[in-house]
Amino acid sequence: MALKLPIYMDHHATTPVDSRVLEAILPFFDDRFGNAASRNHSFGWAAEEAVENARAQVARLINATPKEVIVTSGATESDNLAIKGVAEMYREKGNHIITQATEHKAVLDTLKRLEKYGYEVTYLPVQRDGQVDLDDLRRAITPKTILITIMYANNEIGVIQPIAEIGKIAKERGVLFHVDGVQAVGKIPVDVQKDGIDLMSISAHKIYGPKGVGALYVRRKNPRVQVAAQIDGGGHERGMRSGTLNVPGIVGLGKACEVCQQEMPAESVRLAGLRDRLKQAIMGQLDEVYVNGSLEHRLPNNLNISFAYVEGESLLMGIHDVAVSSGSACTSATLEPSYVLKALGVGEDLAHTSIRFGLGRRNTEEEVDYVADRVVETVNRLRELSPLYDLAKEGVDLSKMSWKAD
Amino acid sequence: MAYSNKVIDHYENPRNVGSLPKNDPEVGTGMVGAPECGDVMRLQIKVNPETQVIEDAKFKTFGCGSAIASSSLATEWVKGKTVEDALRIKNTDIVRELSLPPVKIHCSVLAEDAIKAAIGDWKRKRGDEAGPNGTSAAASQAE
Repeated sequence: MALKLPIYMDHHATTPVDSRVLEAILPFFDDRFGNAASRNHSFGWAAEEAVENARAQVARLINATPKEVIVTSGATESDNLAIKGVAEMYREKGNHIITQATEHKAVLDTLKRLEKYGYEVTYLPVQRDGQVDLDDLRRAITPKTILITIMYANNEIGVIQPIAEIGKIAKERGVLFHVDGVQAVGKIPVDVQKDGIDLMSISAHKIYGPKGVGALYVRRKNPRVQVAAQIDGGGHERGMRSGTLNVPGIVGLGKACEVCQQEMPAESVRLAGLRDRLKQAIMGQLDEVYVNGSLEHRLPNNLNISFAYVEGESLLMGIHDVAVSSGSACTSATLEPSYVLKALGVGEDLAHTSIRFGLGRRNTEEEVDYVADRVVETVNRLRELSPLYDLAKEGVDLSKMSWKAD
Repeated sequence: MAYSNKVIDHYENPRNVGSLPKNDPEVGTGMVGAPECGDVMRLQIKVNPETQVIEDAKFKTFGCGSAIASSSLATEWVKGKTVEDALRIKNTDIVRELSLPPVKIHCSVLAEDAIKAAIGDWKRKRGDEAGPNGTSAAASQAE
């Protein structure tokens, strides 16, 4: 079969809506358009039933109960609701929150705002492999600590945190535990009971559902967790999140969770196989390429590699029929290289050369082989253009040179 | 980000890629930028000592597509110019020619700096910042 270009390999950014999900959604735009809050006619009942069914599908994927699933507009809102909602609700107990350096901005910027309101935040460093040190975490907990918020898996490097261990520590110390589960849920087994998770953010569009819908898991037993609403109104979602329910979106979220649950055992093995094939093809043909983050504790679909002496954006330009992301400053709005790689101790020079490959449901072996060939060819071409590669070949230690940066 | 056709052309067909012997007294080398900043340009010129005309220019660049295009264009523009005329190339000329967006203006600044650094190096080798009449000092630099 001929390859269809361009090839999408950026599934940490977003995913296409699965055809089964789309099929489930469509009637709710059309003849089943009712408002789930309309309690006295069949249009409302049909919508409510569909929402409750979706809630159950989400709950089954993470071993929760349907009542513990609060639907939101997406994971950014879920992160905001969890963190600000707990901060507000438990203010009397304390004002200290613990997180770690490689969290998503939806968590970090939310915490930054809370700091302005008098909350204290500890940002734990990560180790070279991207995992947080559990002893650091234990030491950071104080009597004032009300929340630990640590992501399940990182969106840039795919590194999985020791969530069950963190959950255990949180429980022992009586601290609530919020997890940004966006990249992990639907990709690897996530169990809020076994993992000791009290709150967890979920996004539909990262798991082949529609954009603009997500969920927050809020534990109801052992302990019963409460969050102060951040959006007030008609008292939807048990008063935690007002606003007319996005019924088609919620139906899509539920169906996406169901499909992920069915396919995860086989799909995660297939994706890990593709990922390893990609890694071997690239690393077998190029020297001085480095995988960023742990290979052992990693999402099956993630590969993040630095290609020494080749700037990331120029590499993306060379493989323009392949959609991937870079940690290069030139590709970011802030013109700073990836703060995640920096937190791992990756030098800024190498951070500028990083590429994130995010494999997904529709990627094939042929696509992986094509992408690997294009990457190898482009890196070789750009290294011929690179004065740094020249210097390195001459045996010059680049880190010891004095650069006239202006 | 969408690139202009000229940036894409220079990126795909960079002009004057390569190196000149850096110890040659008639060659000036400018290396600007830093790996931590994601941009390093090396621009070299070979100047005819009689006419002060830049007869050859080569570059190598670590950086984004716009940085590669800016330095490639810089080598095209300095070739055939006298040293004094080459010093008059402004980063804004590069911005205009390549239609660089505001976020890429630093690439053009770096290219202008690279031209100036290469010419500065060539002048230092001649032992005469002012220009001609530096043959003995230049010879002492040759190894």
